[in-house]
Amino acid sequence: MSAADLSRAQGPAPVTGPRMAPPGRGGPMPIAVGKPRDAGATLRRLSAMLGANRLQIVLALSFTLGSVTLSTLGPWLLGRATDLVIGAVSASRAIDFGALGQLLLFVGALQTLAAVLNWLQAWLINGLVQNLSREMRRQAEDKLARLPLPWFDRQPHGEVLSRVTNDIDNVTQSLQQLLSQLLLSLLHLIGVVAMMLLLSPLLALAAVVSLSLSYGLARLLAMRSQPLFVEQWRWTGILNGEVEENYTGHSLVKIFGHQQRARAEFEKSNRGLSDNAFGAQFLSGVIQPAILCIGNLAYIAVVIGGALRVAGGAMTIGALQAFIQYVRQLNQPVSQISGMAAIVQSAAASAERVFELLDAPEMSPESEEPADAAKPLGHIAFEHVRFRYDPARPLFEDVSLEALPGQTVAIVGPTGAGKTTLVNLLMRFYEIDGGTIRFDGIDTRTMTREGLRRHFGMVLQDAWLFGGTIRDNIAYGKADATEAEILEAARACHVDDFVHALPQGYDTMLDENGSGLSLGQRQLLTIARAFIAKPAVLILDEATSSVDTRTEILVQRAMALLRSGRTSFVIAHRLSTIRDADLILYMENGNVVEQGTHDALIARRGAYWRLDQFQMPANG
Amino acid sequence: MDEPDISVRPLWRALLAPHLSAFLLLLVCQSGQAVAALTLPTLSADVIDRGVLRNDVPHILHMILIMLVVAACQILFSIGTAWLGARVAIGIGRDLRSAVYARVQLFSLKEVRRFGTSTLITRTTNDVQQLQTVLVMVLTIVMTAPIMAIGGIVMAVRQDARLSLLLLVSVPLLALIIGIITALAIPLFSRMQGQIDRLNQILREQITGLRVIRAFVRDTRERGRFAEANDGLTDTTLRVGRLMALQLPAASMVMQLSSVAMVWFAAHRIALGEMQVGSLVAFLTYIIQILISVMIASMLFTVAPRALVSGRRIAEVLATASSVAEPERPAALPATARTRGEVEFRDVSFAYPGATQPVVRNVSFSIAPGETVAVIGGTGSGKSTLVNLIPRLFDVTSGSVSVAGVDVRALPLESLWSLIGLVPQEPFLFSGTIADNLRYGQADASDEQLWHALEIAQAKDFVAALPLALAAPVAQGGDNFSGGQRQRLTIARAIVRRPAIYLFDDSSSALDYATDAQLRAALARDLAPGAAVLIVGQRVNSLRHANRILVLDKGEIVGAGTHDQLLETSPEYREIVESQRGSEVAA
Repeated sequence: MSAADLSRAQGPAPVTGPRMAPPGRGGPMPIAVGKPRDAGATLRRLSAMLGANRLQIVLALSFTLGSVTLSTLGPWLLGRATDLVIGAVSASRAIDFGALGQLLLFVGALQTLAAVLNWLQAWLINGLVQNLSREMRRQAEDKLARLPLPWFDRQPHGEVLSRVTNDIDNVTQSLQQLLSQLLLSLLHLIGVVAMMLLLSPLLALAAVVSLSLSYGLARLLAMRSQPLFVEQWRWTGILNGEVEENYTGHSLVKIFGHQQRARAEFEKSNRGLSDNAFGAQFLSGVIQPAILCIGNLAYIAVVIGGALRVAGGAMTIGALQAFIQYVRQLNQPVSQISGMAAIVQSAAASAERVFELLDAPEMSPESEEPADAAKPLGHIAFEHVRFRYDPARPLFEDVSLEALPGQTVAIVGPTGAGKTTLVNLLMRFYEIDGGTIRFDGIDTRTMTREGLRRHFGMVLQDAWLFGGTIRDNIAYGKADATEAEILEAARACHVDDFVHALPQGYDTMLDENGSGLSLGQRQLLTIARAFIAKPAVLILDEATSSVDTRTEILVQRAMALLRSGRTSFVIAHRLSTIRDADLILYMENGNVVEQGTHDALIARRGAYWRLDQFQMPANG
Repeated sequence: MDEPDISVRPLWRALLAPHLSAFLLLLVCQSGQAVAALTLPTLSADVIDRGVLRNDVPHILHMILIMLVVAACQILFSIGTAWLGARVAIGIGRDLRSAVYARVQLFSLKEVRRFGTSTLITRTTNDVQQLQTVLVMVLTIVMTAPIMAIGGIVMAVRQDARLSLLLLVSVPLLALIIGIITALAIPLFSRMQGQIDRLNQILREQITGLRVIRAFVRDTRERGRFAEANDGLTDTTLRVGRLMALQLPAASMVMQLSSVAMVWFAAHRIALGEMQVGSLVAFLTYIIQILISVMIASMLFTVAPRALVSGRRIAEVLATASSVAEPERPAALPATARTRGEVEFRDVSFAYPGATQPVVRNVSFSIAPGETVAVIGGTGSGKSTLVNLIPRLFDVTSGSVSVAGVDVRALPLESLWSLIGLVPQEPFLFSGTIADNLRYGQADASDEQLWHALEIAQAKDFVAALPLALAAPVAQGGDNFSGGQRQRLTIARAIVRRPAIYLFDDSSSALDYATDAQLRAALARDLAPGAAVLIVGQRVNSLRHANRILVLDKGEIVGAGTHDQLLETSPEYREIVESQRGSEVAA
């Protein structure tokens, strides 16, 4: 019996919990089954990461070697013990229990030592792999903080998340299996074959032939089941997509009379999934019996052949007993090793995705001697700014504008005019292609991003809140906010009004979607969050478009308070909210088409005036 | 949401029933496989005792045949086990998925909200998958263990009862070791799961809230939170790993020492002539077989907690009945219902379960055929609830809603829904093509009808500009279209249906004013003369042309009339108008 045999009894490494499903579209994704592009390079890089702990690795390896050697000797020594008994019995002598006892004690001590060594190697490898896992997660998260926003905007969030969680997890689990089992199995196999050769080269030949046969069969079956597994994941994806879609559009499916059809489609995918899952499961489930089958043939050959040789006097019974034990130990390492190729491939594919993330180009470095405004006034100037998301599609070609300290600048225009782009550039979420943006006269590129952003407060359209209490969410705007400041912000922004209706008040936990609160309430919270930051410049990105009109009156009062003494950029669909702005920019296709005060622009009778006509209620 | 106590047992019984014969056959196969596997060592004992020791070569050769037959049986049985195990496990998974899906389809909006869409998705997909994986493992591997263990013990006792007493020491010892390790590991596993969730949550927030985090320069705080979670998780995984590292060597040591002890005791018995050498060889195999079985059975302890959690989550869905049920004695749909849209709310109140305050209170109004009624009001005023009550996404708490003169609760759900064209607040599209989406409620609509609907919905131009026009692909959720485009497509989808009752739930929020105005004008021209329209919204501009406007405040109607009438009579309405128009309205 060996540790490798036992490891099967353990089942799949119970190292981490269920695979984590990335959120968002596509639903829970199966683990990486993709093929790595350059497995060799990826694995080399992975081993380089592991290589930092060379001493631990060498120790673990030598413990493994020691443990396997000792445990392989077990059956042979037990066979010697049997021979001692048989020899005495067949010669009608009394059994020398003293010698037998010594031999058995020796075996017992040897096996105990083997177990201890085995335990030490498992301990070491566990530490090695888990620390690598932590380090990879740390590096990945570190990297996320250094990646520019355009990178995030280009890929689905679930995809990014999946790289940091699922892929690192997969690499870790695979590595653990590879390091502890592959090596153990290999060494064990070598040890067993060596012992067999020592005991009886002829019988060993039979065993080795069956060994190669079962390895070949296992590989064949594994290869056959692989496409079925791929199909299974494909169907899983299809089915998950359908479920997600039909649950999200739950009411629509009903009202539009689509229930029957949706159900039928689901059943079709469900059947497709089950059929493929069955095929894959059965084929891979049959690998074990197949190996066993050949193993049994080898067993029979050994028993019969061995019996004949013992009968012929060419072999002792103890040797035969040892041989029988050895041949039983061959099956497990073979099926372990035959399964390793798939694990290596999956680990390499995952590691590659992690490395891709780690290698993504980072934000441009901060300037060496960053400038900053000692007393920020909030004077903003765009000078001939040029910017395109897509080099082929012109957007900002030559934008100039100026906001004096304390002024409110309103930006209006149709969707896609570049209103949000303005914010992206102002905050240096995206870097401009040409021209200059100045904050209090300082080129923002000479400031650190953090330094620049500290002067801004921002309320975005999507009302993002993080998982935490309402209090924490308000305090988010200011690192050292006091309770009084939080309450002040909450009252000013009418968060206080609805918080009292909640059972836990300010301690109400919000999940990351802020569910439990209406969109309007979530927006009020984000406004309070900006309020508490007391920034020099305020950016309101269509912040009030989902707050109902009556709440909006309250919000506007808070906003007016918030805006006083601050430069504010307000992006809104409703002209009613920005009538009193100091400067209104009408944007179209990335260009500022008209700018001026409300009255001036109305007098001009241009694009702004036309928009205003549409929005005027009760004028006809 | 409070967790009702859900028992998983009846669920299992129901799920196993259709697969009972396969399951019984599986038991037969596993027993057969075990018997065959255990017979081989007995046969080799016989080879040694009768063949080798008595030098009976013909007997040895004769045994080849028997051993081959037994080996062949073992193969057949184990292939049968793999086949039946996969069949039953995957069959149960499929049935379960189907059952959960069907159940969720029946849910009303009340149940969907109570659970939450994302957890319902996870329960239908992940949890079932989780359960299925565990089931495959249990049916093909774990279940064999007790059969093997019992068989092994029987064989050992038959071979030599006295020597078998050794098992009384080693089996409990092994069970104890595994038991202790598992008992220590399970709480660590569940803590680890919590830490994994936490780490994922932090990461997800870092990605989705990137702009906010960077804008508020809270990077350091986020990094700290992550590092803490990362260290916590690593600490637990290290501890679990160390514990689990102990299991294998400890178990292997018990087995090795048992073998050693066995040889010692067997030697004494052989010396006394009470036992044969062949039995010793067979015994060595049995003892290992039995102990491996105990190890395999212990696998159940590591997978069971996780499977149990999934099972409970699934059972909870299956045990939840929809609060909106088909009428027991459905009323017939009046013949005129399809051409004359008519809606009446009579003293309707609605409260969410557990809520102290009703969302809608004593609301009465009606929409006559050909009439357009608008509802305006603030967030949380109950506007959307009114819309949801008509197609019975919720049922009223008191009062009644009727359509074409019949209480909606008396109509078969499908016929009720067939009257309605809903434009939801969230412009949700299904994956497929634009045409698929437009035909969603009217499968037989012609291309001409689709273009007509697109024209009214002000979507014709952008759809026509797409390279594939109507055949243009729509990604899941409609993500490849802008919010405004999606909204116009959802409006077109409702128009294609030519319903008797239109429900617009705040459905022009993503449109600019010009488009909104054009859309309203086109729709007004095109509407069938008998169609009833209910528009819910916040913008005065989108609503002011309605035949009647209802002002909703905290669930009650506080004003009703035309735009001009309301300007005179309703202070709440005036307040709304002023807020949207600026100061000059007041004059």
